[in-house]
Amino acid sequence: MSVHRSLGHDSGTLHVTGAARYVDDIPTPSNTLHLAFGLAGIAAGRITGMDLSDVASAEGVIAVLTADDLPFANDVSPSVHDEPLLSDGTIHYLGQPLFLVIATSQLYARKAARLGKISVQETPPILTVEDALAADSRFEGGPVVWSAGDAKTAMKASPHTVEGRFEVGGQEHFYLEGQSSLALPQENGDMVVHCSTQHPSEIQHKVADALGLPMHAVRVETRRMGGGFGGKESQGNALAVACALAARATGRPCKMRYDRDDDMMITGKRHDIRIYYRVGFDKSGRLQAVDFKHFLRCGWAQDLSLPVADRAMLHADNAYDLPDIRIESHRLKTNHQSATAFRGFGGPQGMIGIERVMDHVAHELGMDPLAVRRANYYSEAGGPSAPPHPPEDIFRQKKKNRTPYGMEVTDFVLGALTDKLEGSSGYQARRAAVAEWNATHEVLKRGLALTPVKFGISFTLTHLNQAGALVHVYQDGSVMLNHGGTEMGQGLFLKVAQVAAEVFGIGVAQVKITATDTAKVPNTSATAASSGSDLNGMAVRAACQTIRDRIAAHMAQSGHCAPDEVTFAGGQVRAGQKQVSFAQAAQSAYQARVSLSSTGFYKTPDLQWDRVKGKGRPFYYFAYGAAVTEVVIDTLTGENRILRADILHDAGRSLNPALDIGQIEGGYVQGAGWLTTEELVWDGQGRLRTHAPSTYKIPACSDRPDVFNVDLFDNENRENTIHRSKAVGEPPFMLGISALMALSDACAACGPHYPGLDGPATPERVLAAVRRARDGI
Amino acid sequence: MEITFLLNGETVRLTDPDPTQTLLDWLRTKNGLTGTKEGCNEGDCGACTVMVSEPGRITALNACILFLPQLHGRAIHTVEGIASPDGALHPVQQAMVNHHGSQCGFCTPGFVTSMAAAHQNGQTDHDDRLAGNLCRCTGYAPIIKAAKAAETEVRADWLDTPDFIFTEILRGGPEGTGAEPPTGPVCAPQTGDVLAAFYADNPDATLIAGATDVGLWVTKHLRDLPKIAFLNRCDDLKQIDETGDSLRVGAMVTIDRLYDAMQNRHPSFVEMLRRFASAQIRAAATIGGNIANGSPIGDTPPALIALGATLELRHRDTRRTLPLEDFFLDYGKQDRKPGEFVEAIRIPKQADHLKVYKLSKRFDQDISAVLGAFNITIEKGIVTNSRIAFGGMAGIPKRARHVEAALTGQPWAGATITKALPAFEQDFTPMSDMRASAGYRLSAAQNMLRRVWHEDQGTPANVLEVAP
Repeated sequence: MSVHRSLGHDSGTLHVTGAARYVDDIPTPSNTLHLAFGLAGIAAGRITGMDLSDVASAEGVIAVLTADDLPFANDVSPSVHDEPLLSDGTIHYLGQPLFLVIATSQLYARKAARLGKISVQETPPILTVEDALAADSRFEGGPVVWSAGDAKTAMKASPHTVEGRFEVGGQEHFYLEGQSSLALPQENGDMVVHCSTQHPSEIQHKVADALGLPMHAVRVETRRMGGGFGGKESQGNALAVACALAARATGRPCKMRYDRDDDMMITGKRHDIRIYYRVGFDKSGRLQAVDFKHFLRCGWAQDLSLPVADRAMLHADNAYDLPDIRIESHRLKTNHQSATAFRGFGGPQGMIGIERVMDHVAHELGMDPLAVRRANYYSEAGGPSAPPHPPEDIFRQKKKNRTPYGMEVTDFVLGALTDKLEGSSGYQARRAAVAEWNATHEVLKRGLALTPVKFGISFTLTHLNQAGALVHVYQDGSVMLNHGGTEMGQGLFLKVAQVAAEVFGIGVAQVKITATDTAKVPNTSATAASSGSDLNGMAVRAACQTIRDRIAAHMAQSGHCAPDEVTFAGGQVRAGQKQVSFAQAAQSAYQARVSLSSTGFYKTPDLQWDRVKGKGRPFYYFAYGAAVTEVVIDTLTGENRILRADILHDAGRSLNPALDIGQIEGGYVQGAGWLTTEELVWDGQGRLRTHAPSTYKIPACSDRPDVFNVDLFDNENRENTIHRSKAVGEPPFMLGISALMALSDACAACGPHYPGLDGPATPERVLAAVRRARDGI
Repeated sequence: MEITFLLNGETVRLTDPDPTQTLLDWLRTKNGLTGTKEGCNEGDCGACTVMVSEPGRITALNACILFLPQLHGRAIHTVEGIASPDGALHPVQQAMVNHHGSQCGFCTPGFVTSMAAAHQNGQTDHDDRLAGNLCRCTGYAPIIKAAKAAETEVRADWLDTPDFIFTEILRGGPEGTGAEPPTGPVCAPQTGDVLAAFYADNPDATLIAGATDVGLWVTKHLRDLPKIAFLNRCDDLKQIDETGDSLRVGAMVTIDRLYDAMQNRHPSFVEMLRRFASAQIRAAATIGGNIANGSPIGDTPPALIALGATLELRHRDTRRTLPLEDFFLDYGKQDRKPGEFVEAIRIPKQADHLKVYKLSKRFDQDISAVLGAFNITIEKGIVTNSRIAFGGMAGIPKRARHVEAALTGQPWAGATITKALPAFEQDFTPMSDMRASAGYRLSAAQNMLRRVWHEDQGTPANVLEVAP
C-alpha cells in the first residue's frame, strides 16, 4: 500500500540541505534584470503629475514604465478587471503600484523606486466601516441577504434574546517566501514564467492578456512555493505580469521579488469582519432565531471578496442546526490593500460569529458553553458507528438538519467526535480544575473551551471543481506525474504520488514528482479551497488507471487471463501464472506498441448552487474537527498564553496521516495566531503600520501550546473521494477559534458581566475584556 | 580593507568589499549559495540564519543584517555546509526529515542552522534557541520533536574549527596589531584607542557594532553609509570586568554575554534579556548599541537605570561618566558630543531587588510596548529606596520620580501602592501607536507596580510560570 501511510515530505531532504529551489533560487542568465514598484504614499486621490526623471537617471536603472507604456490590458484582477497593474491615474490605497522600475539589481530597483516625485490631489479616504456605509461604498449593489425560516417571528417568540457586536481583525499571510516571479523571453515573443503561485493558469491568462498573446504563447511553471495560505492565489499576478512586460520591453529575463515590507504594503490580507448578532434561545440554550449582519472591509478592488463573503455566510451555522436565520452581508469597498483569499476563505469569519453567540448564550444562561454547543448540533449521521441521540433530542421540534442554505447535513459526526475528545482531553475534570484555580487565584485566571468545526468542501464557484493530470510511464517502469495542483508545503505532490504508486502497485520512489506546468495540464483551478488532493488525486488516478488498463490488457494476452484479473502490487505485475516486475511489464508493453501516456480528468459530482438565492448544495461533503484549548491570562496586563490544546480532526481515511497531522497542527497555530498576537494596524491616513515581522507578530516557537495533543478521527468519507479521504488544508485553521473562546472564558472568570472579547486578543484587548467582565462597560 | 573568513571550511579573502553588502546578499548573488533564504531582510524571521564560529564561541546569526566586514576572523557555515563531508545528513537535518519538521521548506535552512549551532553548544532550551526562527506551516511541534530527538546524537566534529585556524586567519589580516590609524573612510579599528582617534576625526562616521539596527538602515531605509567604523575587531571593548563595587561591561559586549554575566546577580534582568530578542539578535546586538542608539523602547536602559548604572563616554582621550538616566535628553537626543562614544557601562553591585517586566504582543522576539523596571528596597516594612524606570512610556527611557517619591518612606503595603498609582500620570504621558494605546500603556504601567506587590506577597502573577 502506498496510500494511508505516513511518508515524509518528498522534498524533506532538499529542504534541510538548502537544495530545494524556489523562484528566487533558480539560476538566471547574467543579463537578468530586476524590478520594483514605485508605491503610492496616500490612500486616495488623483495623480496630477509624475516626475520620474530621478528614477530613470538613478544608478543601474534600465527603464521605467507607467500605465501609459503598457501595450495591452493594464489589469491583474482575478475577477472583474478592476485592478490596474499600474495606477491609471486614480490612487486607491497607500501602497498601490504607480510605476515600474527595471534595473540591473534588486537593490538598484528598490532605491530608484523611492525617487519618484508624484503630485497628487488627495481625497478623503474611506477607511472604516462607518466611512464606507456613509459613502455607500461597496461591491455589489447592496447587502446580500440569505435567510431560512422566519427569524423575525421566531425572535419574538423566543423566551430569551441576546445581542452584541463582535469584531475580528484581518490577517497577513506571512508566507515565509515573499511573492516572486521570473520571466524568460522566448523566440517569437513567447514567454516562460516561473512564479510562486497557487494558480499557474491564472498567471498564464493574465500574462497573455498583458502581452496581447494567446494563452498558448505563455508557459507558467511552479515547482514549489515557500508557503501560500491563499496569499498566492491572486496576489502573484502583478509580479508575473510586470516581469513579462519588462521582459517584452527589454528582451531580457526579468525577475521581481517583493521585499517583505513591500509585500505587506502591496498585497491583500484576510478580510476583517464586524458582526452584529441578535439571537433568541430557550432555557436549554437551544437557539430559536438568529440574525447576523456581516461587515467585511474588502479593500480597493473586488478580487475574490464576493466568494469570500459568501463563504462567511455559508459558515454562519458552523455545526449548528439553526432553523430560523437571517444573514445580511455587506462587502465594503475601502481604501486599503484588497483583501483576498486566506486559508478558510471567509469560513473562519462566519464560523467565529456563531461560536461567539454560543459563548454569549452560555454566559447568559450560566451554562457550560459546551452544553449549549451540543444542544444545537446537527443530528448525527446514521450508520452503525453513530451513537444514540441524547434523550433531550426528542423534545426538539424544529430540527430539520438542513443548513440555512438548504443543504441536508448527512455526514455529521461531531456528536461522536466531541464525545471522544471530551473524554480524551479530560474536559470535565479540567473544567472543574479551572473553576477551582479561578476561585483561588487573584491575578491569573484560566479559561477552557471546546469548539467544533464543520467546513464545507468544494469551490462555491462550481465550475472550478475540476482537475486534470498527465502521466507517463517510461519503458524502465519509472513514472512521471504531472497535475494542476501546486505544492506550497502541504504535501500535495506526495499525496498524489502515493495515489499514482497505489494504482501501479509500485513504490512512491518510482514516481517522479514534477513542477506544475501549464504546458502539461491546461485550464487548471487554483490550488485552493482545500481541494488539492481531492481533485488532483482523482484526476491522477484516472490517468494512471487508463495506463494500467492498457498494460493489463497487454499482459492478459501473454498470461492467458482476463485483463481485470491482472494485478499490480509490490512492484510486480501478475497475469495468470506469469509474474514480472512493473518495469518489465512497461518494457513489454512498450515493445508491443502500447501507449504508456495518458491524461486524466475529474470533476466533482452532485454540486448545484444558486448564489443569488443562497440555496443549493455548494459542497460535496463536510470536514469536521474539534479542539479543546486551555489558556491563562494575567488580569493586570492582559498577557495571555495557550497552555494546552487537544485536537481531534476528521481527515476521512487519511491519505497520509503524518502530512494531515502537520496540516492540523500548523492550521491550529495559525488560527490561534489570527486571534491572539497577529494584529494589523492602519493609521488614520490608511497607512499600514504593521508591515514587517518587527511589528506584525505571527506565533513564534514558544507560542504553540505547551501540551499539544493531535489525533485523527477515523471517519471514512461517505462520498466517493480519493481513497475516502477528506480535504484537510483549511478546516484545522478554525480549530484555533477555541483559543479565543478559552480566553473569553478566562476573562469571564473576572466578573459577572459578559466580557465581549474581540480578536485578536492582544494583551490590550484582554485587559479591556477583563474590565468589562468586572464593571460591565 | 581586507577581510578573511572561512565559508563552509574554505578560506575566503576579500579586498575592499562593499562594506554594507550583507552576507545574505553576497552568498546568494555572488556565490550561488541560495540555500540561505531571505524572509524579511531585517533579522526577525531567521530564514537567513547561518552558524558562525569564533574561538570559544559558536552562535547562530542572521545573514541578512550581517555586513561582510563583520565576518573577519570567523568561520561561517551555511545550510549547504552543515551535512557531514561524507554526505550524511547532520543529526538535526536527519531529525527534521524523520519528524516531518519541514512543510514548505523555506524557513527550514534557518531552523537547521540554528539547531546545528545549539547542538554544537549542547543547548537544549529549544524554544528559546528557535525564538528567532519563524515557521508559518508546521506550528513548530514537529520541529521541537526533531530538536529533542537530535539531543542525544553526538556532536558534529566536522563543524568544529580548530583554534589555530582562527589565529592563522586573524594573522592573515592586514591591520596587523591594530595600532596604525585607519586610512580610508571605512575602517575596522582593532582597539578602542584607534577607534577614539578615528571617530574624533570623523564624527559623522557610523559606528557599527552588531548591526542589528544599522543593518536596517541599509536593508530597509536603503541608506548609503559613506563613513563607517566596524567595531567587531575592538577586543578591548568586549571586556567584562568585576571591580570592587561594580561590574564594568564594555560597550561591545553582546546581549548573550551580558546574560551570562548577570545570571547570578539579577534573575529578573536576565529573564528580560532572554526575551530581549532572538538568540541570533542577542548574539550580535551589543549593550553599547542598545544604549547609544537612544531608542525610547530599548529594553536594557530602563533596567540599568533602575540599577543605578553609569555610562562611560570617551572622546579621543577624554573620558567622562554620567548616570545613565542623564544620557537620554529627549526623543532622538542624547548627551553625547560629536565624535564621542559609549565605552562601557558600569553596574553597581547590590542586593537583588530588581523586577523587570517586559510587555509585548508576543513574548519572544518582540519590541516592548512597555518595559517597567522596579528596584525597590524595603527595610522593616518601609520602602527605604526606590528606583523605577520605564521604556515605551515617553520619548526616552525615563525614571518614574513621582512614583518613587510616593513610595519612598512609606510602609510597603497595598494601600501605599494604591496611593502611588495616580503619580504615574505625573511622570508619563505615553502615546498611542501600533503596539498599544496610550491608555493601555498607562494602565499596564500602573498594574506592573501592583504586580511587584503581588509577587512580593507570593501571589502568582506571571503567565509564563504557569504549567498546563
